[in-house]
This record gives sequence, C-alpha cells and structure tokens, in this order.
Amino acid sequence: MSTTSTSATTASGSQERHGAELVFDSVSKRYAAKGRPAVDSLSLNIPAGETVMFVGPSGCGKTTSLKMINRLIEPTSGTITIDGEDIRSKDVDTLRRSIGYVIQGGSLFPHMSVRDNIAMVPRLLKWDKSRIDARVEELLEMVSLEPGRYADRYPRELSGGQQQRVGVARGLAADPPVVLMDEPFGAVDPITRQRLQDELLSIQRELGKTIVCVTHDIDEAIKLGDRILILQEGAQIAQYDTPENILAAPANEFVEDFVGAGSSLKALSLSRVDEVELQETTTARVGEDARAALARARSAGDRGVVILDDRHRPIAWPSLRELQYMDRIPATRDDRLPVVDRRATLNDALDEMLAASQDGIIVTGQRDDYRGIVRFEQVTAYVQEANRNAERAAMSRLSTQEQQRVDAEQPSGATVDADRERVEPDATAEDLR
Amino acid sequence: MWPFIAERWQDIAYRMYQHTSLVVQSVVLATIIAILLALLVTSRRSLVPFANAISSVGLTIPSFALLGLLLPLVGIGAIPSVVAVTFYAVLPILRNAVVGLDGVNPALVESARGMGMSPLMTFLRVRLPLAWPVILAGLRISTQMSMGVAAIAAYALGPGLGGYIFTGLAQVGGANAINYALVGTLGVILLALLLDALLVLVGRLTTSKGIRV
Ligand SMILES: Nc1ncnc2c1ncn2[C@@H]1O[C@H](COP(=O)(O)OP(=O)(O)OP(=O)(O)O)[C@@H](O)[C@H]1O
Ligand SMILES: [Mg+2]
Repeated sequence: MSTTSTSATTASGSQERHGAELVFDSVSKRYAAKGRPAVDSLSLNIPAGETVMFVGPSGCGKTTSLKMINRLIEPTSGTITIDGEDIRSKDVDTLRRSIGYVIQGGSLFPHMSVRDNIAMVPRLLKWDKSRIDARVEELLEMVSLEPGRYADRYPRELSGGQQQRVGVARGLAADPPVVLMDEPFGAVDPITRQRLQDELLSIQRELGKTIVCVTHDIDEAIKLGDRILILQEGAQIAQYDTPENILAAPANEFVEDFVGAGSSLKALSLSRVDEVELQETTTARVGEDARAALARARSAGDRGVVILDDRHRPIAWPSLRELQYMDRIPATRDDRLPVVDRRATLNDALDEMLAASQDGIIVTGQRDDYRGIVRFEQVTAYVQEANRNAERAAMSRLSTQEQQRVDAEQPSGATVDADRERVEPDATAEDLR
Repeated sequence: MWPFIAERWQDIAYRMYQHTSLVVQSVVLATIIAILLALLVTSRRSLVPFANAISSVGLTIPSFALLGLLLPLVGIGAIPSVVAVTFYAVLPILRNAVVGLDGVNPALVESARGMGMSPLMTFLRVRLPLAWPVILAGLRISTQMSMGVAAIAAYALGPGLGGYIFTGLAQVGGANAINYALVGTLGVILLALLLDALLVLVGRLTTSKGIRV
C-alpha cells in the first residue's frame, strides 16, 4: 500500500472524520403479504468506526438488511438510525450521498472514465473541480492505482481486481462515515481477493469508517471484521461477536457448522504475518557481484538470496543453484515472487507459499520495502501453538459461561434465550431492544 | 438523363432539401416520442412485450393505407406527410429503445440510485448513455425507412422527391417518364446513404469511448 496519509487530509481539505453508529431497532422486511418475512425483527447495534461482517446462508436476508440502510429497500416496520438520527428523516438522495455503496465487481459505469466514476458523488455534492481532482488522485493512490496511468481509462480497460479497487475508491469518494459493501470481492480470483482485503484493512486502519460488509466467505469475515454477524433464515441472529470469540466459542451448532469444522485452522486467518518472528536471510543488490552473494549465502546456510532493487524492494528470490551461473545480480523481476504485506494473515502467507511451491515467503512493510522472510515451519509451529491456546481458551470460556448462565437473572417475560446474551458481548441487554 | 437534370437541377435540389428536411424533422420528433414511450414502458416491466408487439404490428400497416386513413383527418399537404413519416419512424426506434433501456444492467441502475442520483439523473446519465448505441441503431433503420415512406407520402402532395416518382409513374410512356422516376428514386437512395453516413458520424461522436464496439 502506498497510502499518503498527510496528503490525504490536506488534499481533500476535510478534517479526519470517523464512522457513525448504526442501530437497527426491530427492523422487519416482508416482500410478500403472506409467508415468512425476509428480515424478521432484526435489532442490532453497530459501533462507530467498526467493520461488521454479515455472513449466513444464501437467502437469509443479508442483502436485504444491508440495503435497508441506504433505503434501496424500505423496511416494513422498525427503524434504523445513524448516529441517533432516523434515516427516514432526511431526503433519500441526501442520505445516500452520505453513505458509501460498493457492490460486487465494482459495478462501475462503463461509459465513464475511472475519474468520472470516482467523482460521481463529489459532483452530486457540488464540490469544486480542483477539490474533486485532488480527491480522485488521492483515492487512486490509496487503492494502489497510479493516477497518471489509470484515471482516464475506461472500466473495460481494467482487470477485474482493478475495477474492484476503483469501486472501493468510488464508495469512499465523498468521505462518507458509513460504507456498505455487498460481497465486494466476490468476483475476483483468490490471490487478488487477498490483496484487496489487505488494502481494505490498511485503508480502514487509516480512515476508521463504519463498514457493513456482506460476504459468503467466513474466512473473509474473520479477516476483515471487528465483529461478525452470523445470520440464520429471516435474518435471525445466530451470533454477533468478535471473530476470536466466535471461533473460540460458537454460540450453537448452527454457528459451529457455519464456521466450519477446522476452526482451529481458522486461527491462521486471525494471525498476522508480523506476529511470527521474521527471519533474516541473505540479500543482494541489483548489479552486485553474484559470487560474493553466493559465498555469503553459503556461509549463512541459506538456500536462496533475496534480490532487492535500489528502493529496497524485493524483486526476485533465486536459489543458490540458479545463482551459480551468474556474474552480476540481474534486475529481472519475478512476477510470481511469493511476497505478502506484514499485515497479511498467516493464511494468506500459506496460500502464497503453496501457490509458488516455496517453503518460505518474503514479507514487506511500508511501500513494499523488504522486512524479512517467514518459513513454512514457522507457520506450522504457530498453528500448533494457536490450537493449544484456542482449546484452552474455549474450555475456560465455556466453564465461565455456564457459571454466568446459572448466575444471570432472567428478565421477566423475556423471550430472549440465554444465547441471545452473547449477541452483544460488550453491551447490556437493554441495547438489544 | 443529364440534360433532364441540368434543365431542372434547382428544382431537384430544392426537392432533395425538402425531402431531407421532412425526414430529419420527423425522425427527430419520432426519437423524442420513442424515448419517452420507452421510458414509460420500461418503468413497468409488464408493458414491454406489449410495446414490442405494437412496434412489429405497426410496421405491417402499408403506408399507403395509413395515408388513406390520414387524408380525411388532416387534409392534404405537408401535415399528413409528417404524421405518416413520424408514425413509422417511431416504431423501430421504440423497439430498440425498449430493448436498449431494458438491457441496461440493473446493478448499474441500482448503483446509481444507491449513490444518490435522482431517477431523472439516473436516466440521463446512466440509462440513456448506455442504451444509446442500441437506440442509435434503431434510429438508422428508422431514417432509411422514412426515406421511402416520405417518398410515398408525396402522394398526399407532401414535399420532396416522391413527387417526381409519382409524376413519372403517372406519365408512363411519356417523354420524361423514365427520367422523372429515375431521378426521384436515385435521389432518395443518395440522400439515404448520405444521412446514414452522417448518423454513423453522430454515433461516433455521441457514444462514450468506454462502450464503443
Ligand atoms: N425483491 C424481492 N422480492 C421478493 N423477494 C425477495 C426480493 N429480494 C429478496 N427476496 C427474498 O428475501 C430473502 C432474503 O434475500 P436476500 O437477498 O436478502 O438474501 P441474501 O442473504 O443476501 O442471500 P445471498 O447470500 O444469496 O445474496 C430471500 O428469500 C429472497 O428470495
Ligand atoms: Mg445477497
């Protein structure tokens, strides 16, 4: 990620804004007069600045719930508030201009350039031209697309992943406090998806929006979410909690099935690459004497040498065997180089290693600069360790919960069962109603 | 034929101008009517097959018959010609406009609405530009057809090259009969080609580079 946080605030001329709190209060949606409602009395509290992932089986009402927030779908009953204000109190178009909306594939307007796509909402808000131009540049940089190269392209001249990036940039264009995403990365290949997720994580770290994101992919939910909302048919809440808690203590069998049997492996998606100790390995500069590098690697006992360019970015990782036949270190860039950002998950790292059939991976930091490597054995050791911890945590958690259940006073006449208590772990039961 | 043309080139040029003017005005009018109708039709999905049926059936009405029906209503002269030409011109455009607008990816329309564009803005900035290449194809068909219909409309004493064709037909065997008919017909063909080329150019200028084929 090449985010430039200083220019971010000056160029747009807007002071840092944070997300808004989003509250659903017994919201229902009925498409047909008879039959079950698609969303049945959903009550939910989404704290400002958090990313909440909606997951659940197909048809359970995720999209319907999401679209009620920007009133593309009107609830049959109940209210939704943003920072305490009922969303029906504003003009619908004004409301929507203050909520980012990103859908699958980016859904860019094919007849408009990247610039015009991103500038859409700022133009609706009548920003002046210089401010819009600066904002477009800033956003393109934020999503790792060079403005000079991409701003005047049309969507069909972009790859799927690039289109999706522009879609995210467009959703963020007017700096909305709330951003809605419906399966934003559903249409791209796994490696691109992983990169896009990494970018979103880093953007979100910087911007602190309230993000509501629908996904089919529980791994994506675990990776991106501060909290995960697991829904059952009719948008009934099965569990609403942090990824850690959901993995450690699924509320019921439904959640357990949904999260998947190998949930201890899921710990890999919770752990970031920089949580394991990065290893040193031999590096060499482009243009350096190859034999000297080879000698250094031999004496250090390394199997390969990471080649760095003049800006300290890794470009290749030849084995010693390959190096033997070289005089000087070449500037050739290996497109399949296994490399991840230090904030990527261990899961991503493992994926990349497997994809590149290498037993290690290069880790980069700010502006792709080289940090070190992580070896396959480190990842497996980490998993074993995490498994042991998770089991221990789950055991102790279960026993305290049993205790709490016994201790808790049941609210009189409440239809809420004991499990509902965990719907909002940090909140009191009042917040639910 | 050349002496025939040389003798009355001014009249011929004037008739070509009239013919073109009749066609262009009718097609412009028809385009507006057709797009408005298509907008209405596509806002209610149930009307779509209905509109398609009307535009196909409409085209099967012989233009002579329609003129015959119109004459008692609007009298002789330019007006029935304009009405008749416009009537036919609407049909292919309507058909294509319905297909084009209906074919716009609903996700894009929803995206536009979700970003806070009003329905009118969504129509003008998203639906219309995206449907435009298809509408334009209908416009070209419509223009070609209107060239012929306008010639026939001259039967109602409307302006244009049709007058030559009818004069030629009325004087079969006469000295200049063939010349009249030929000049009238070739003139119509020439105009049709010119207008079509113009429309292709307009199409290139008005279709976004992002959706041009
Ligand atoms: N416009 C509509 N008219 C009638 N029923 C609808 C409409 N949209 C959705 N539904 C129904 O409402 C229910 C919830 O739909 P929704 O699109 O919210 O599901 P979802 O959780 O997003 O599913 P998916 O994961 O497949 O996208 C489904 O049973 C669906 O058939
Ligand atoms: Mg959905």
